[in-house]
Amino acid sequence: MTEAGYNFAYLDEATKRMIRRAILKAVAIPGHQIPFGAREMPLPYGWGTGGIQVTASILGPQDVLKVIDQGADDTTNAVSIRRFFTRVAGIATTDATGEASIIQTRHRIPEKPLTENQILVYQVPQPEPLFKLEPHRAETRRIHALADYGLMHVRLYEDIARLGHIAKAYDYPVMVNERYLMSPSPIPAFDNPKMHQMAALQLFGAGREKRIYAVPPYTPVRSLDFEDHPFRPIRAPHACAICGSRTSYLDELITNDAGGRAFICSDTDYCQERQEAPKAAAE
Amino acid sequence: MTQMTPGFADRVLDAQASFRAILEAMSRPGRVQCIEARLSPPAPLCTAAAAALLALADADTPLWHDAGEAAADWLRFHCGAPITGIIKDARFVLACGAAPSLDAPDIGTDEDPQLGATLILQVAGLVAGEGWRLTGPGIQHEHRLRVLGAPADFVAAWARNQALFPRGVDVLLCAGDNIAALPRSVMMAEG
Ligand SMILES: [Zn+2]
Repeated sequence: MTEAGYNFAYLDEATKRMIRRAILKAVAIPGHQIPFGAREMPLPYGWGTGGIQVTASILGPQDVLKVIDQGADDTTNAVSIRRFFTRVAGIATTDATGEASIIQTRHRIPEKPLTENQILVYQVPQPEPLFKLEPHRAETRRIHALADYGLMHVRLYEDIARLGHIAKAYDYPVMVNERYLMSPSPIPAFDNPKMHQMAALQLFGAGREKRIYAVPPYTPVRSLDFEDHPFRPIRAPHACAICGSRTSYLDELITNDAGGRAFICSDTDYCQERQEAPKAAAE
Repeated sequence: MTQMTPGFADRVLDAQASFRAILEAMSRPGRVQCIEARLSPPAPLCTAAAAALLALADADTPLWHDAGEAAADWLRFHCGAPITGIIKDARFVLACGAAPSLDAPDIGTDEDPQLGATLILQVAGLVAGEGWRLTGPGIQHEHRLRVLGAPADFVAAWARNQALFPRGVDVLLCAGDNIAALPRSVMMAEG
């Protein structure tokens, strides 16, 4: 059970209610950022305090939690967050994507398609997709109110004019339900198509910036592009050196001092599952 | 003086479970969820409406209601929500009798549409799989929902609310321990 001295899932009930109200409004207005009164958490900003507060406000004793950082369950950040929830909520955790009811993530969407019985919680450092183009919060609020996103189109088109392609490999902006421009958090653009019509609910928490937003299940999510330059999710043109996958997102590893390189799945659970089922792995 | 019935037996876990049922309802409009907390709120309050308010309302969320004195005392005691007689000031609007017009509560602004109120409508029954045809976010193809005792001309009223998007109100339909939601994003046609 939970450690003495903590409320279940750490947050006090008034804070949970406030966050829960924000989550419900976020679901009702897909892609719109809802301000909330973020609390100090016992982990530093940059460790996913926004995602942690969202997870803490939704999870119950029956939930099974998976936490990933860059696709891996065993990084320091993921392990710390998983331990935190085991300690303050006494809940079960897992590395297996298919067994989790809540998946908190930093920088990836699992390769295995998520189901209606799952909720994906993203840790978001900067929720405002227009942040680099328009530093004034009052102005970005006005832009979202009017859905006047010409500024972002111009920015992307400048890339095309200069480089021949859009130079955004991460945090590639999306339109949610053809209304709100949204930051998908710093996931690779490769993962963007997984957000479109996902069966699972997607919740986004930004702790430092104190914003919550959401994509309901089965909601259109379109990566911004142009007719003559359609969006293309990019992955390294290799097979995973461990499981042989030609469809998963790959990390590049330096394997020796001589500059040897290898590509392996970023999603460690996906790669592990394929190693354990070698027959199914034969594509 | 009548004795006040208790609120949630477990104020932490019952609130969490009720919230998850509401979140599921809001995420998949028209699907009927069941509130599992056992409550005996004073009439005319039903379990689902009472649980929604216990889970979500508090001192920060003014409440407008038509539920009478006993229910008001119960809600004030268990939620601590200030009761307001001015419907535009309410974050939660509870209608047990004739439903107010959907544009009577606060509908938010284009910059802060989240200020649009949550309207809790008690109805006679919720039947999934028939009735209204719902489409939009949260719905893969189409969800059907029949609402027994729905306000008259609700489909037309909903179309006007939906046309305000991103402004508008969100509706929780409650019957007994059943709950279904109509977020402002959902589109509705007669069945
Ligand atoms: Zn692999």
